Amino acid sequence: MAGDTAHDVPEGGLIIEAGKAREYETGSWRSKKPVLDKEKCIDCLTCWIYCPDDSIVIEEKKMEGFKYKYCKGCGICAKVCPKEAIEMVEEGK
Amino acid sequence: MDMMAVNGDTAIAYAWKQVNPDVVAAYPITPQTIIVEAFSDYVADGEVDTEYVCAESEHSAMTLCIGASAAGARCATATASAGLALMWEMLYVAASMRTPIVMAVANRALSGPINIHCDHSDSMGARDSGWVQIYGENVQEAYDQALMAFRIAEHPDVQLPVMTGLDGFIITHAIENLQALPNDVVKKFVGEFKPKYPLLDVKNPVTMGPFDNFDWYFEHKYQQVEAMKRVPQVTRKVFDDFEKISGRRYNVVEPYMTDDADYVVMAIGSTAGTLKAAVDELRAEGMKAGSVKLLMFRPFPENEIIEVLDGKKAVAVMDRAISFGSSGPVFPEVRSAMIDAKDMPKVVNYIYGLGGRDVPPEDIKGVFRQLASGESENINYMGVRI
Repeated sequence: MAGDTAHDVPEGGLIIEAGKAREYETGSWRSKKPVLDKEKCIDCLTCWIYCPDDSIVIEEKKMEGFKYKYCKGCGICAKVCPKEAIEMVEEGK
Repeated sequence: MDMMAVNGDTAIAYAWKQVNPDVVAAYPITPQTIIVEAFSDYVADGEVDTEYVCAESEHSAMTLCIGASAAGARCATATASAGLALMWEMLYVAASMRTPIVMAVANRALSGPINIHCDHSDSMGARDSGWVQIYGENVQEAYDQALMAFRIAEHPDVQLPVMTGLDGFIITHAIENLQALPNDVVKKFVGEFKPKYPLLDVKNPVTMGPFDNFDWYFEHKYQQVEAMKRVPQVTRKVFDDFEKISGRRYNVVEPYMTDDADYVVMAIGSTAGTLKAAVDELRAEGMKAGSVKLLMFRPFPENEIIEVLDGKKAVAVMDRAISFGSSGPVFPEVRSAMIDAKDMPKVVNYIYGLGGRDVPPEDIKGVFRQLASGESENINYMGVRI
């Protein structure tokens, strides 16, 4: 994007490039963040299935944490975790 | 040119037949019904290629038009009163997504009490939705504006939806002479619709109508402000081009006998014709009377209004709609514009004709006489029994 004025973007809120959502750091919306207790986690990946923002980091089929850049802190992962391995912690604490 | 004896609704349908839009999505409502009935006949008879969608509601009709327009289709629809009210949410979406939809509004009162007759409360309520608004005085103008609306809406500098108002029953159902343009002339005049980013252009995919947060929403609204500012220039060009093919000249503000007038009455729509008749009679009686037809309400033609009304003794703004707790919708705009005039006239408001109440020339002459005698209140209610 050339600049950040009304004249720098297509009219009507149109997005003319693909993959622009990557530039949108929805993590800034978060008031509570998920914190993983790896001791309790069984890598069932239920959190990955339910996460609405594709913010669960998976490496080699293992749960490795969260993409805090995009995680909005909705808490669904904590709710669905069968082992209560995810805790929602107030931001700034 | 073909001379036809038709009512305003049929004239709109005939204009659409000549334009042959890609998509028409509509829901019938009095007094707009004849438009969609007549147009569906053209569809059934194979006289147009239009994909005609009989929607289950006006909200859906407008939604269909927005989707089709986004896909790259030239779209038209029509509604009135409660139908326009049901479209409300989507009117704003159409304007903000910059879909150049053309819509005829058969101006009708809003309930309640339920009433099917003419006033302007429907489209005046849609004032802030971001649509361009123009109004016709008679069947001929309804037809002409139906054609010109496509050119204004689809112009690359505008890309905004356009609403053309025609007074319910007075224009929609009254049969008048219509001078229709030949098909090939219309076709050439409206040209091809060239959408900027059609969704059906699958090689260049785009996202339309995404969530817009506090970081960009205001800038996108400002883009609409700027598009509206470009409308007068585009409209003038469209009016020029239309005059060349039809011999009929339009202006966003049309004065009648105002040059030496002391007292001027202005109105939108069919009443503008009644004003001229009243002016003729009053001139014969020796009063320096004049009238103004406001053809365009959005964007509001402030400068043209100042030019015509500057230095007059008194001006009455006729409003066929009311904002309860305030005045009619046109009045404050005119008075606000006149603040910048060199010699500001007294500007008063007359609410009139609500729910189709008749507007006889005698009542209009009464407005002039009150204006001249200084008996007008700030806000007056013409013909209501108090």
